Amino acid sequence: MEQIEKGTSLTQDAFRRLRKNRMAMAGLGILVCLVIVALLTPFIAPYSYEAQNLDLGASPPSAAHWLGTDIFGRDQLTRIMYGSRISLMVGFIATAVALIIGVLWGATAGYLGGRTDALMMRTVDVLYALPFTIFIILLTVIFGSSMLLLFLAIGAVEWLTMARIVRGQVLSLKQQEFVEAAIALGLSPWKIIVRHLIPNTLGPVIVYTTLTIPSVILLESFLSFLGLGIQPPESSWGSLISDGVESMEEYPWLLIFPALTLSITLFALNFLGDGLRDALDPRASGD
Amino acid sequence: MWLFILKRIAQAIPVMLIVITVTFFMVRAAPGGPFDDERDVPPEVLKNLNARYNLDASVWQQYTDYLLNLMHGDFGPSFKYTNRTINEMIGFGFPVTLELSFYAMLFAMCVGLLAGVVSALKPNTWQDYIPMSTAMLGICLPSFVLGPLLILVFGIWLEYLPVSGWGYTATDKILPSITLGSTYAAYIARISRGGMLDVLSQDYIRTARAKGLSSFRIVWVHALRGALTPVVSFLGPAMAGLLAGSFVVESIFQIPGLGRYYIQAAFNRDYTMILGFTIFYAGLIVGFNLIADILLVWLNPRLRHQLASNT
Amino acid sequence: MAKKLTCWLLLAGALVGCFHDNRTAVELGNERQILHIGNGSEPSDIDPHITTGVPENHIQLALFEGLVSKSSATLEIVPGVAESWEVAEDGLSYVFHLRKDARWSNGDSLVADDFVWSWYRALLPSLGNQYAYAFYGIKNAERFNKGEISDFSLVGVKASDQYTLTVELSRPVPYFLELLDHHSMDPVHRTTIERFGAPGDRGTAWTKPENFVGNGPFMMKEWVPNKVVAVEKNPYYWDAQSVKLQEIHFYPIDKSTTEERMFRAGQLHIIRQLPTDKIETYKTQYPDVYRFYPNFTTYFYRFNTRRPPLNDQRVRQALAYAIDRQQIVERVTRGGQAPAKSFVPPMQTGYRSSTAMPEDVELARRLLAEAGYPDGKNFPPLTILYNTDEDHQKIALVIQQMWKKALNIQVKLENQEWKVFFASQRTGNYDIVRGSWAGDFYDPQNFLDVFRANNGNNRTGWANAEYEALMQEAEQTREQSERYALFQRAEAILLQEAPILPIYTYTSNALVAESVKEWHNNIMDYWSYKHVYLEPVTRSSERD
Repeated sequence: MEQIEKGTSLTQDAFRRLRKNRMAMAGLGILVCLVIVALLTPFIAPYSYEAQNLDLGASPPSAAHWLGTDIFGRDQLTRIMYGSRISLMVGFIATAVALIIGVLWGATAGYLGGRTDALMMRTVDVLYALPFTIFIILLTVIFGSSMLLLFLAIGAVEWLTMARIVRGQVLSLKQQEFVEAAIALGLSPWKIIVRHLIPNTLGPVIVYTTLTIPSVILLESFLSFLGLGIQPPESSWGSLISDGVESMEEYPWLLIFPALTLSITLFALNFLGDGLRDALDPRASGD
Repeated sequence: MWLFILKRIAQAIPVMLIVITVTFFMVRAAPGGPFDDERDVPPEVLKNLNARYNLDASVWQQYTDYLLNLMHGDFGPSFKYTNRTINEMIGFGFPVTLELSFYAMLFAMCVGLLAGVVSALKPNTWQDYIPMSTAMLGICLPSFVLGPLLILVFGIWLEYLPVSGWGYTATDKILPSITLGSTYAAYIARISRGGMLDVLSQDYIRTARAKGLSSFRIVWVHALRGALTPVVSFLGPAMAGLLAGSFVVESIFQIPGLGRYYIQAAFNRDYTMILGFTIFYAGLIVGFNLIADILLVWLNPRLRHQLASNT
Repeated sequence: MAKKLTCWLLLAGALVGCFHDNRTAVELGNERQILHIGNGSEPSDIDPHITTGVPENHIQLALFEGLVSKSSATLEIVPGVAESWEVAEDGLSYVFHLRKDARWSNGDSLVADDFVWSWYRALLPSLGNQYAYAFYGIKNAERFNKGEISDFSLVGVKASDQYTLTVELSRPVPYFLELLDHHSMDPVHRTTIERFGAPGDRGTAWTKPENFVGNGPFMMKEWVPNKVVAVEKNPYYWDAQSVKLQEIHFYPIDKSTTEERMFRAGQLHIIRQLPTDKIETYKTQYPDVYRFYPNFTTYFYRFNTRRPPLNDQRVRQALAYAIDRQQIVERVTRGGQAPAKSFVPPMQTGYRSSTAMPEDVELARRLLAEAGYPDGKNFPPLTILYNTDEDHQKIALVIQQMWKKALNIQVKLENQEWKVFFASQRTGNYDIVRGSWAGDFYDPQNFLDVFRANNGNNRTGWANAEYEALMQEAEQTREQSERYALFQRAEAILLQEAPILPIYTYTSNALVAESVKEWHNNIMDYWSYKHVYLEPVTRSSERD
């Protein structure tokens, strides 16, 4: 009972600290706005994402099309808005998959050590080494091109680095007094990992997570190149950016706006990530 | 320590064997064969081609044959690049990619660590925000965007640097190295800042400060060591990632490296080439992770003791 | 801190300035007669009896010469290794008189026996020459290649003496001379090949630069994979005094955007394909370097006629008649492509399809209604399949919208990775699929053969007895106008039954630096380097 109460108060404490961090709150605000826009896109999008106006073609930003149009005369604002639905979903869900597997795997390997550690980390090595492109092609052919598979495929590669980072942290943490104390108290390894080790690795994990989200968003466009994921005329930020690069001298707005959107998201994520890290840090309360 | 390294090398054998086996069957299960193309290959020609490359044997037979050749260090001929062996291609491509990755990593470490340490010293001030924002830009701009942008600015508008090539002029290695390294610089900056902040708030640093150690010594000796720990666990995969992810940069800058071959091999279904490169690459990963783990131990004295007593 | 950084940046800038040679590769090349060409992908090999690709062929055109050659300006047949030739009355036998000064790049003389041996090698089953069918007009060549006979002396090619080669055909092949400069019929050096393996071995070391022997105007100098293939002037070439270039460097560049940047920075003289988005800029601002010319290639969609509802001719017609090709070439491909309403591109030799596919939305709607889908009702969801590529995607997107607008039907798009894409076609696992056909030689037969029932490239499941009969009749006909009439009748059937939907005829959008002289472009994208030379541009400012 006591522990639970203590836990709640810690969380509340963290929230209080987070709320005081203006940058973090701004980041959170932007992210919430983005998610709301993404959810409401079908109702508020100014144009259709697929209807073409070939006579208009690629046009720079104007009153009718705030962010310009692509070579088919499709409104770019609309396409970015629709793209955010896919990209945010991929970014968050696939990263969450990677996060959960990676953290648990790494912490378990690091804490248990010995043969288990060797076995688990060599598995990671094997997965690292397999040819990713062929792996994805095979997955697509066996399971078809579904969104679920997209999340799994991305999660399946991204967790590997996460696991290595967490393991490294845990290795250095497990010698510390509080872990030794927990062992002495007879806590089960699972409890030690979840209650004591993982919370203390949160710093690097949060940092790495906030970095993984944008790379996942971009990875999605490579996977759709291989036939996994969205199919045109649907759009995603990754596909908008990689299409925009091809014509960045002729139609710069086709690169600038999607890239800017991704950048803003990333900045927001980072400020929130830093804020969270500071807020959750048990030692930071004194600062 | 030596025992530790030996043990790891022994562990590498099953790792390699699994990688070879899985990849071998995976490439053959993937749809589309090495001879599928815009033009149909006449059946009688296809029969001859399959015989030439031992593709008409049973998959199991092919597998054992392959392993047997492999034991003699023979990766076999490429299906697509008919007059080349895999060994030759690795010989051509690897030094280039290694050099590119090395420069990229050097750039990433210098810029990343500097930015990370500087910003961790005064968190949440402009000294923190500016390097970190720049670092984030490095992540927002993936290499397929950053590369063409840098080329446009430095190669075409300013005419300072060549737009492509590798080893033709003294300066054509600058842009590709920066392009490839920037993402990693950003990661390292973020990770080292985080690690550094963690360490700076720990008791022993406070103790050191209380004991009156100079802040220079605290930062560069004690805290940096802490900042490096997460960076180092990132480094093994990062180096492997650099080698594997170099293909984008290699094709933008027209560099004859391994990454381009690897991706070409996958798209060509050049079975022997995919396998050869995967094996080579797996060896690198195992190697780099081992080095990263050794560094990790070295940076962490307590771990060193534990390893010494355990093994 | 900031100050220090500025210092470093300045220093770095100064260093860069020091190393920076103002002369570009193109400028240096102009002085030394070294031509730099962007050549698409890495050549898989340069053995002329093995390769199938265009980049490989562009290199082979420098390294080898067939019995005859072509003028790149007019595509006329000109003498190659053969000085002259005679054709028998019935068109079934050819006598070639080889020039006495023809030599290999190591100085050996090139004689008629070399051709006999080279063709023997090219037809050996174990070599797996994918273009062996080019020889099939020659008596017994097909049987030898398929392993039905193993005695090559039965095949209709003989060296009557050192400088006379006679060829006997089993049926008249009016385009036989056209074939003779195809790379699969090039001569190869026997002693070199046999030094590195049996004649039928694939991929021996003979094509390595240090071993290579050829007979073209140039010979191998260097080959660094994924970097460059360099060839240099062959001093033993019979017409060496006409060859002005000292070297040609072929760069394998996978991305057309990279290629264009290299051209702009003065690293390449010639690039073959400009990125679509850049065409307008070059057309208007740099017309001196921009060249656009038609290509003997058709872009089309295949319908899978084995699947409902595409097994219904009316449905295929409805889809084919409902698109606006002019819009596609003007707004999407934007490279001056010609809308194609027939399958064979219009030819300078006079062949032109007698029928054109209608573009008539009303008719299309009526046909669809007749087939049981009035106003697109209950039309099953079809998928357009294409290999991942931005240009294919754009066309698919536009066609998707055109069908939606005109016929009120919804089709899906699906992109697949290159090899998966072909595996899907091979197994017939598609509804509508993007395709293109590039003519190997300048004859309608090369196109129309594709949709014969037993042709592996057909892939649509479409078969028509009348079409087959017409094609067989054309094969036995020698008179060109009669042949063309038969082809026109066959093509009319193809267009009427619509197993395919032709979209446009390709164009090449090339950039050629002003210093390159005597460089001719043509519909076959056939390159000839023999007379090309470089003349430095004497202008105060290269830029602007």
